[in-house]
Amino acid sequence: MTHKHASPAARVASTDSPDSSVGQVELQFVTFDGPDHVLNLDGGGSLSPVQVAYETYGELSESKDNAILVCHALSGDAHAAGYYGHSPDEKPGWWDILIGPGKPLDTDHYFVISPNFLGSCNGTTGPTSIDPGTEQPYGLSFPFFTIRDMVEVQRWLIDHLGIDTLSAVIGGSMGGMQALQWAISYPERVRGIIPIATTSRMSAQGIALNEVGRQAILSDPKWLEGRYLKDDPPARGLAIARMIGHITYLSEESMHQKFGRRFVNGDGRSFNFSKDFQVESYLHHQGDKFVRRFDANTYLYISRAMDYFDLETDHGSLEAAFSQCLSSFLVLSFTSDWLFPAQQSAEIVRVLRKLGKEVSYCNIGSDQGHDAFLLPGHRMGDLVSGFLERLREGGAP
Amino acid sequence: MSLVHSLRHLDETDRTFQSESVDWALTKLRDRALDDQISSIVTTGAKVLDLGCGRGDLLARLKSEHRIHESGIEIEGEAVSEAIARGLSVTHGDIEDSLTSMGDKSWDLIILNQVITVIRDPAAILRESLRVGRQIVVTFPNFAGWRTRYQLALRGRLPVTPSLPYQWYDTPNIRLVTVKDFRNLCCQMELKILKEAFVGRATGGGFRPINAWPNLRALSALFLLTGQEKR
Repeated sequence: MTHKHASPAARVASTDSPDSSVGQVELQFVTFDGPDHVLNLDGGGSLSPVQVAYETYGELSESKDNAILVCHALSGDAHAAGYYGHSPDEKPGWWDILIGPGKPLDTDHYFVISPNFLGSCNGTTGPTSIDPGTEQPYGLSFPFFTIRDMVEVQRWLIDHLGIDTLSAVIGGSMGGMQALQWAISYPERVRGIIPIATTSRMSAQGIALNEVGRQAILSDPKWLEGRYLKDDPPARGLAIARMIGHITYLSEESMHQKFGRRFVNGDGRSFNFSKDFQVESYLHHQGDKFVRRFDANTYLYISRAMDYFDLETDHGSLEAAFSQCLSSFLVLSFTSDWLFPAQQSAEIVRVLRKLGKEVSYCNIGSDQGHDAFLLPGHRMGDLVSGFLERLREGGAP
Repeated sequence: MSLVHSLRHLDETDRTFQSESVDWALTKLRDRALDDQISSIVTTGAKVLDLGCGRGDLLARLKSEHRIHESGIEIEGEAVSEAIARGLSVTHGDIEDSLTSMGDKSWDLIILNQVITVIRDPAAILRESLRVGRQIVVTFPNFAGWRTRYQLALRGRLPVTPSLPYQWYDTPNIRLVTVKDFRNLCCQMELKILKEAFVGRATGGGFRPINAWPNLRALSALFLLTGQEKR
């Protein structure tokens, strides 16, 4: 009776099987140039041309009304789902748990667009791009940019794809900031906004942690006022910034569960300053891995854009910021997230309620910390599904 | 049937309630006891806010029957997840805090289904609800029903009934109220009672409507209220 044994295994495999994956995907590029596409930035500078790297999953409907925009976080990229097919042990895109056929962002229904944001180092124009004026990488001559500027470039992409109204904009952490900014910048062009594990204004604690990360980079002797060579970057500084970041993405509980006080070598203390504990080894590993894929100057700029995000100050008050919004909102936070604590989401919800906007909110139970939005093991996907279904049925005003 | 025989029979019935620990299935039954009556009040396309909506059973029903613009507030995270996952608009939070942030008369109907006995200041919630809503429908377990009277008066025990299915040590109810007491509060607060409805227990375990002697006979009561017109 082999089939009896086979069926549970098949069930397990089905959660990860090729049919629930978008399969092989390709990074695409578009360059915005010419007088209609000069990006005048919040910080005063301007950029032209601007290249955008993006991926799409699913098919755009004939009436172009089934598009969902996915916004990534600080160190993310356009590769949100599927595989490039480069190697057999390749990991899928960063939000593969959410995007695919039959998944919450169901590619059988939706056309999912995942751009790399402005100022990043993963394909869209940023500090590592070549400045057409000098034919050298921009480095620190790259203009300062904000979340609003990122959204502007995303809007160019949406226009380029011929889409008038998005079904939804969804993002976690810094991606959630972009989602909120979309609701404010283009109220008539988005039906649903899903900001996850985010805030309407970066907190003092968040800015403080970003600043320590930046100082780690700035004080690395190899930083050279930002004029380091690609082959000899301030790797120590960037790795330390990432280590600090990783601490903030976890919770005390998840660290305890993942590492406890376990030693790298079973027999314990070495009485020197090498990596004794597994948690140390994990952080070093994360730091080293990050250095291989990310650029230090880019990290400085992006973390600054995050610090400057403050809808209250931009608009005078949060009420004023959201007053013109027409979208429905699904706001999500996680109980163990101390980087973007639940009360910051609850404040957004309070104001949307006060303004009579349609809003759903859940502080999802999870001990995974801020990282929860990238991980399975909680209800986020079900809530996103329910919310999108509601939008489809026209439950929204 | 002699009186003694009847009392002995009642005693046995009540022992079966007393012997159980918290039976959430009973609570679920209680929470749905007046749904028909609530549904009959709701008008098509109304803006309805359910305070303490749980997993949204009532909102889902009202949405399908009356195409209401629904919203709910619920403090229990798992229930909120269930409600949002089924496509309802619900926010996770405390009723009192949530009401404070809402504008005047932003809802056609506010529902307080089996919640006023679990909140600290029921009068304040009623007042706030009538600030943000045009009408409110309130349901609660009636503490003056004959079952409760009997259990307390004759058996000397705190009542455990289909509408109060908890022991004293695990009950979420911190306020107890009777039909008469509630009418009295409405009078004091100058609230206009637009409708009353009552249910008792039906043979077979469900609930049935009660018309006469509600304070003595009802397990659960419903009141539809509005503020007095100011002249």
